Amino acid sequence: MDNKKRTAIQLVATLIQNANFKGFFTGKISEAPTKSVCVPGLNCYSCPGAIGACPIGSLQSSLSGLHIRIPYYVVGLLIFFGVILGRLICGFLCPFGFLQDLIYMIPIFKKQRVRTFRGDGILRYLKYFILVICVLLIPSLVRFTPFFCKYICPSGTVSGILLAIADHKILAALGGQFIWKASVLGIILVMSIFIARPFCRYICPLGAFYGLFNKISIVRLKVNEETCTHCGACARCCPMAVDPSKNPDSAECIRCGKCVHECNGSLHLGFVKGDKK
Amino acid sequence: MKRRILQISLLFAAAALIVTGIIMGQPGEVLAKAAKICLECIGIG
Ligand code: SF4
Repeated sequence: MDNKKRTAIQLVATLIQNANFKGFFTGKISEAPTKSVCVPGLNCYSCPGAIGACPIGSLQSSLSGLHIRIPYYVVGLLIFFGVILGRLICGFLCPFGFLQDLIYMIPIFKKQRVRTFRGDGILRYLKYFILVICVLLIPSLVRFTPFFCKYICPSGTVSGILLAIADHKILAALGGQFIWKASVLGIILVMSIFIARPFCRYICPLGAFYGLFNKISIVRLKVNEETCTHCGACARCCPMAVDPSKNPDSAECIRCGKCVHECNGSLHLGFVKGDKK
Repeated sequence: MKRRILQISLLFAAAALIVTGIIMGQPGEVLAKAAKICLECIGIG
C-alpha cells in the first residue's frame, strides 16, 4: 500500500473518531451513547470531537475509582481489537499516530533524521514499563490517580489545547500541571521531526499491548520465502527499524505497509490464514 | 494450527469478557467517565 492511501485512511479514521465537529467551536464534549464504546486507538475522550471512549483512560478510570473494578468490558474490547488487527491499529487507525506521521512528513531536517541509534532497542521496553506501572499498577494502588492520563498522555494535552481555544474558562484554569503535560507533548512533537513515531516506539501503552498480538493477530505480514531474495529493501525503508523479511511478527511493526510497497511482491499485509509465516 | 486455536480462544475470551462487563453495567461506567471533561487528561486536575 502506498503512503498516500494510508494517509487517506488515517485521515478518515481520525475524522470518524472525532465526528462531533461542533465541539471544536463550542468547547463542549459529546455526551452521546457512542461514548460507552472504546475506540481502538489513542483518542482522548475529552477531545471536543471525540465520539468514543479512550481505552487507556477507561481502563485507568475503572482501576482508580473508589473501589477497584476489574475492567472486563474494556479488556475484552482491547483483546478483540488486538486479535483481529494487532498493531495495524497503530499504523492506520490511531489519531495520535497520524499526528506524528504528519509531522514526520514535513520536509525539514531530513539529513538529521535517524532510523535507529544505540540504545533504541532498550528504550523500546519503556512502553511496557509504562503499561504495567503507570496504567495498571499506580491507578490500582492510589485512588483517583489515572497516572498515565494525568502526567503523560499527549492526546489528552492536545484535547486540553483544543478545549482552551474554544472555552476561555478552561484557558483560565490551565496551570502548572498543564505546563508539564504541554512540555511532554512538545518533546514528542519535536522528536517526531527527527524520528518516526517516537511516542509509539517508546511510550504508548496501547502500542505495547497490541504489539503482544502481532504474532497471532488475524491481520499480519506474510513473507513468501520462495520468492524473497533478502535484498534488504524492506528493512531499509521501515520507519520502525524492523526487518520484516526476518521478523514479520515483530511487536514493533506498526503494519504501515511501506515494506510491502517497496518489495518485489514477496511481502503481503492482510488476513493471513492459520500458521503461515 | 496452533495460531488458529489461539486466535479463536482469545476471541471467545474477549467475547466472554465483553459480555461479563455488559452484564455488570460497565459500558454505562465508561460512558459516565467519557461524557464529562476529564480534568486530569487535559492537564487541569
Ligand atoms: S515492517 Fe513493514 S509494515 Fe512493519 S513497520 Fe516496517 S515498513 Fe511498516
